Amino acid sequence: MIETDILVIGGGPAGMTAALKAADNSAQVIIVEKYHQLGGQLIKQTHRFFGSKKEQAGIRGIEIAKKLTDRIKEHNNIKVLTEATAQGYYEDGILTVSQNNKVIKIKSKKLIIATGASEKMLSFKNNDLPGVYGAGAVQTLMNLYGILPGEKIVMVGAGNIGLIVTYQLLQAGVKVEAVIEASDKIGGYLVHASKIRRAGVPIYTNHSIKRAIGDRSVEAAEIVKLDNNWNEIKGTEKIIKADTICLAVGLRPLTDLLVQAGCEMAYIPELGGDVPLRDDNLKTTNNDIFVAGDTAGIEEATAAMLEGEIAGLKAVSEVGHLKNNIFSELKRLKDELKKLRSGPEGKVISQGIKKARGDSNAGKNRYTHLR
Amino acid sequence: MRIKKHPVLEFKRDKKITFTYNGKQIEAYQGETIAAALYAAGIRVLKASSKYDRPRGLFCAIGNCSSCHMVVDGIPNVKTCITKVKEGMVVQEEIGKGDLID
Repeated sequence: MIETDILVIGGGPAGMTAALKAADNSAQVIIVEKYHQLGGQLIKQTHRFFGSKKEQAGIRGIEIAKKLTDRIKEHNNIKVLTEATAQGYYEDGILTVSQNNKVIKIKSKKLIIATGASEKMLSFKNNDLPGVYGAGAVQTLMNLYGILPGEKIVMVGAGNIGLIVTYQLLQAGVKVEAVIEASDKIGGYLVHASKIRRAGVPIYTNHSIKRAIGDRSVEAAEIVKLDNNWNEIKGTEKIIKADTICLAVGLRPLTDLLVQAGCEMAYIPELGGDVPLRDDNLKTTNNDIFVAGDTAGIEEATAAMLEGEIAGLKAVSEVGHLKNNIFSELKRLKDELKKLRSGPEGKVISQGIKKARGDSNAGKNRYTHLR
Repeated sequence: MRIKKHPVLEFKRDKKITFTYNGKQIEAYQGETIAAALYAAGIRVLKASSKYDRPRGLFCAIGNCSSCHMVVDGIPNVKTCITKVKEGMVVQEEIGKGDLID
C-alpha cells in the first residue's frame, strides 16, 4: 500500500492546479490519471481562452496544459500515475486504483476528486451508429492525433463548444454542412458564430436531428424544424449527406466516485446535473474529500483551475503542512472566482452553487448512496 | 485520413509500427491509441452491441462511454480509445459481452 498526504483523482485543469497548490506547500501528492498524459480536455483545445485576463485569457488550452504538466513533472512532491483508473474509496481512507491490470491501494489524508465531465447524448433514431460522436471525441481525433473524423459533418448544438469545434473542423479541412440548434438562439458567443458563418457554414436555429441514416456507419442526417414548443413541424424534414454527426449538446458532471464514496449529492440543473454538496472551500460532506472543476458543476477551465487551487490549499492546510496563514490567499482565489462568475452565465452558476452549499432549496433533491 | 497541414498544430508522428485487426495488418504510429490508429485506417466499427448486434464505434474517445470496447491480446472489454497501440498487438472486434472464457 502507498501512503500520501493528498491524493488527486483526475489530471485535468482542476486536478493539476490542486496538486500544484498542495505540493508547493510541501505536501506529498499523488495524481491518478486515466489517460497516458496529463492535461484533461485542455490538451485538445487549440482555441484561445476567453475569461479573466489574469487567468490565462488569450492563451490556447494546449499551452496551458503544457505549462502545468511541465511544472508537475519537475515537482519533487508530486507523483503521477497515468493509465490508472480509480475504482473505489473506502471507509478507512483507502482508494483502490487499477493500473496495468493490477490493483494498487493508496491511503491518503485528503482526497481531491476532479474527474471532470462526460458528454451528453441526444435521443434520436440510430444515434448509436458509428459516425455519431461527441464533440470531445472529434477534438481528440483531430487535434491530438491529427486524424480527420470524417469528410462531411453535421454539428448538433450552437453553444460555444459546437461553434468552436466547427471552426476547428474547418481549420483541419473538413466540410461542415450545417450547425443545427434546437433553441431559437445561438447559445455561444457571437464572435465564434460570425467566424464560421463567414466561412459559409449555415447555422439553423429551431432545428433538431430526427435520425441518423446509414447501414454500418453514418451516411446522412435527417433534420427537422421545431416550433416554439420544441415540437417537430411535419413536412420540414431535410436530409443532409454527411459521414459524421457531431453532438455538442452539453456535459454532465462525472460523479460516480463521489456517489460511491458516500458524499451527499443533489440534482442541481444550474450545475449540469447531479453534483456533490460542498462548502465554499470545495469540501464535500465527507471531511476528507474535496471536489473541483466540472465534477462539481459544468463550467469552463478557468473556473476549474481556480477551484482546484482553493481545494488544494484548503486540503493542505488540514494535513498540517502549511507554514503561512492561508486566509488571505484563499480569499484572493475566492474573489477571483467571484469576479469570473459576474457575467450572465456566471450568475446561473452562482445560483447553483448556492444550492450546492445546502443553504437553500437543495434539501428536497438531496440523496446519499446507501452503503 | 491523417491531417498533413494544420494552421495551429504540428503533428510529430512517432515510429511506425504494425498490429493486426481481425487478422489484417494495420499500420500505426507509436504513441497513438488503438482506436485512433484504426480510425486512421478507415475502420469505424469497433464492436457489436451485446443485445441487438448493432455496429458500434467511438463516441467519447476519453474512456467514459464503453462504446469502443474490443478484444486486445485476448482480453475483452479493453477501452481502445485510451489504450496505446503496441507492435504486434492482436486486436479483434468484440462480439457479445466479451467473455473471458470461450
